[in-house]
Amino acid sequence: MTMLHTVNKSPFEKSSFEACLNHANTGSSILMIEDGVYGAMKGSAFSEKVAAANGVALYILGPDMQARGISEDRLIDGVKVVDYAGFVDLVTEHDKVQAWL
Amino acid sequence: MSEIKKFMYVNRRAPYGTIYALESLEVVLISAAFDQDVSLAFLDDGVYQIMKNTKTDDIGMKNFSPVYNALGDYDITKLYIEQESLDERGLTLDDLMDIKYEDEDDDWAEKPSIKVVSRKEMADVMDQQDVLMSF
Amino acid sequence: MKLSVLVNEGPYQHQASDSALQFTRAALEKGHEIFRVFFYHDGVNNGTRFTVPPQDDRNLQESWTTLQAEHELDLVVCIAAAQRRGILDENEAERQGKDGNNIAPGFRISGLGQLVEAGIESERLVVFGD
Repeated sequence: MTMLHTVNKSPFEKSSFEACLNHANTGSSILMIEDGVYGAMKGSAFSEKVAAANGVALYILGPDMQARGISEDRLIDGVKVVDYAGFVDLVTEHDKVQAWL
Repeated sequence: MSEIKKFMYVNRRAPYGTIYALESLEVVLISAAFDQDVSLAFLDDGVYQIMKNTKTDDIGMKNFSPVYNALGDYDITKLYIEQESLDERGLTLDDLMDIKYEDEDDDWAEKPSIKVVSRKEMADVMDQQDVLMSF
Repeated sequence: MKLSVLVNEGPYQHQASDSALQFTRAALEKGHEIFRVFFYHDGVNNGTRFTVPPQDDRNLQESWTTLQAEHELDLVVCIAAAQRRGILDENEAERQGKDGNNIAPGFRISGLGQLVEAGIESERLVVFGD
């Protein structure tokens, strides 16, 4: 069974993002929304932890990215941008969703 | 409503500073009436929720620690506590409430509801669930 | 697919209600069924009709009310959380002896069992909070 993890807080505000990475098994996906999108930026103190997520597919919600002035070229390699329709698809394509608040 | 689902209530916050711990417990109790396969996960600051010897008179709030002890009566017998979360906070099993249930399949023998699991085991248990609620 | 949504925070203070609204709209546009949107904790504050947000910004309550009417959604405000925070419908106001009620159109007040039921009856439950 596959899990979609959602993270909505900045990794610098709370430990939720880190907790998510620590519990995301291979084959699962992480979607960054709201303030969670900051976790997808390269060159931060957190970037390596995200990049090291082995076998976990990474997604970022485009609208939240744009709202915060993050351009695609600033994203960690391999992070895929989706819109709300893509968010819905991720939910239906995985067996369940866990929100790391 | 034929198939039984595995419901996990994920607790990651400390009690009293915010209402999440109390109100999530209220959902847990209600879910007992629905005959699903319910378990609770305590990780990160959620492990603070079941520390023993809490006394809330002087903060003027109702102490809801007794509710954890009553979970067994509601057939909620699986409380997963994350070892690493305890370690990070300098806590041991001794700091936690001794939450038990009576096993009707074993002559009502008293058994611990608390299962301390590693982070990896917690991730695996989460992966086995059908519905996960975070508060 | 049958989806349900849980909203744990109030309007404006956190992005949760906005995200939930956008997600719900997108799901409906894709032809999915939204079984229920359940409002818990401060999320119940999405259900008051007395907000007067600035004209040049979105009106979250009206957005939910409109979406509910367009798609006959089931927007449920948890009664226990609502009582704590002062969200009442006419019945509750009368029952509790309060001199007014404030529930917004399209929202209904009900028990936590509705949240558990949403988890059971839906194929996916998506949580928005802080």
